[in-house]
Amino acid sequence: MSTVATDIQQAVEDAAAHLYVWALKDIPQDLRDALAEAKDRETSIPGKRVLETIVRNVEIADSNSNLVCQDTGIAVYTCRVGEDFPLHPARIYEALKAGTERATLEHPLRSNAVHTLTRENTGPNTGYRLPIVHWEFISGWDGLDVKCVPKGSGSENMSFLKMCVPADGVNGIKKFVLESIVESGGKPCPPGIVGVGIGGSADYAMYLAKEAIARPIGTRNHDPHVAKLEEELYELLNETGIGPMGLGGDVTVLNCHIEHADTHMTLNPVAVNYQCWAARRASAHVAADGSVDFDREA
Amino acid sequence: MATHEVTFPITDEAEILKLRAGDEVTVQGHIIGIRDRTQIRIFDEGVEPPMDLRGAFLLHTAPGVRKVGDKYEPVCIGTTTSARMVRFTEPLGAQYGVRAICGKGGFPDEAIEPMRALGMIYFAIVGGAAALETTQIEEIEEVAWEELMPECLWKFRVRDFGPLTVGIDAHGNSLYHDVQAAAHEKLKELYARL
Ligand code: SF4
Repeated sequence: MSTVATDIQQAVEDAAAHLYVWALKDIPQDLRDALAEAKDRETSIPGKRVLETIVRNVEIADSNSNLVCQDTGIAVYTCRVGEDFPLHPARIYEALKAGTERATLEHPLRSNAVHTLTRENTGPNTGYRLPIVHWEFISGWDGLDVKCVPKGSGSENMSFLKMCVPADGVNGIKKFVLESIVESGGKPCPPGIVGVGIGGSADYAMYLAKEAIARPIGTRNHDPHVAKLEEELYELLNETGIGPMGLGGDVTVLNCHIEHADTHMTLNPVAVNYQCWAARRASAHVAADGSVDFDREA
Repeated sequence: MATHEVTFPITDEAEILKLRAGDEVTVQGHIIGIRDRTQIRIFDEGVEPPMDLRGAFLLHTAPGVRKVGDKYEPVCIGTTTSARMVRFTEPLGAQYGVRAICGKGGFPDEAIEPMRALGMIYFAIVGGAAALETTQIEEIEEVAWEELMPECLWKFRVRDFGPLTVGIDAHGNSLYHDVQAAAHEKLKELYARL
């Protein structure tokens, strides 16, 4: 049993090491399409210049096998773990951490991890509670899905939380998202994906906002009320005129994704987490026998 | 919106005054990499920078590099958010004669007046476009304060560095100010429609 566990742990570690570098170098096709479409749609001169440069940059990253952006971010993983997957989540966490370290040292990648008070480096993109892992547990399944989302600081710094009251209603949510994106201006490298978390509690709303930015671009929430709000906000945000890199233009966001949770009758939390144009993500599926399938579009 | 090519460091102020907010600029010559800790050391700790900053173009960066022998080679060089470092604008111009600061995301309005008074430019680069930026760095010629790695003082020789957009010019114009003002007006209209 322990041999099997060790092999699977190694498989998860190898997958994590591969995913981190892969995500940083090769952005998914849906993002490439969204950027190309944005470039064609943009009419402001500085905005068009920015989007043309972004598209050219992605091509150069491909041909030179370089990172798309220099900020290797903090490694965030989302894991969907089947109840019958033969490796305990504690060991999955160890494997993700080891994989992150290995990728950082072997490539080598810039290490960003520091102690939050002393600001001393804590390791090769790892430290106490780093990397960050989001967990979901699935009954009646024996697989593991891992998604790596390296999150840059320029966009992560543009995160906002407001405890709206129920009387603020849906308009309160819309206003807060709009105001957050206007305030962010060019700092989070727009145009990107606006992740919104609504409902739950303060902490959970922010968690959901982060889940939202990790979805493939333009996918819609399964709840029709929420999906409608996604569409409305997407349109409204592009009317603000902030534009690519905050220099003014038609394309302020590539899309708006919302994740929600039911909440207390007295609560109406809204969290905003921005994901820049370099909306990097890479996914793998690990089967119970340790075999790994990489899936760039998940 | 005109297109220009400018070589740094500059000696003639006219090179700066001809640039207008929104113009496209490509830079040649030498540029100097600098970041939060570098500027904290100069201004908060009062340590004189061991490089001449007169007429210089400063880039907000913390480059990814590899050391080969006693030289550093670029691995991945990109640009960081400028707003955190806005308070150094006035002393950089007044004490050291810096003429251009380049970063991403822009400077808030407090940079407009010192840039006008001291004849300085803020250049907007395309944030995150590091794969391209790296190809425009011909050589890392000098590194000072290595103990601050990667927030050292870097001297890069560049070729066709850009495209950059003049975000704030030396005549008191700021694209960021204009875009924010228009966006706030627009928000009023959007709120009325909700
Ligand atoms: S915000 Fe994103 S694109 Fe911009 S520098 Fe940071 S990681 Fe790169």
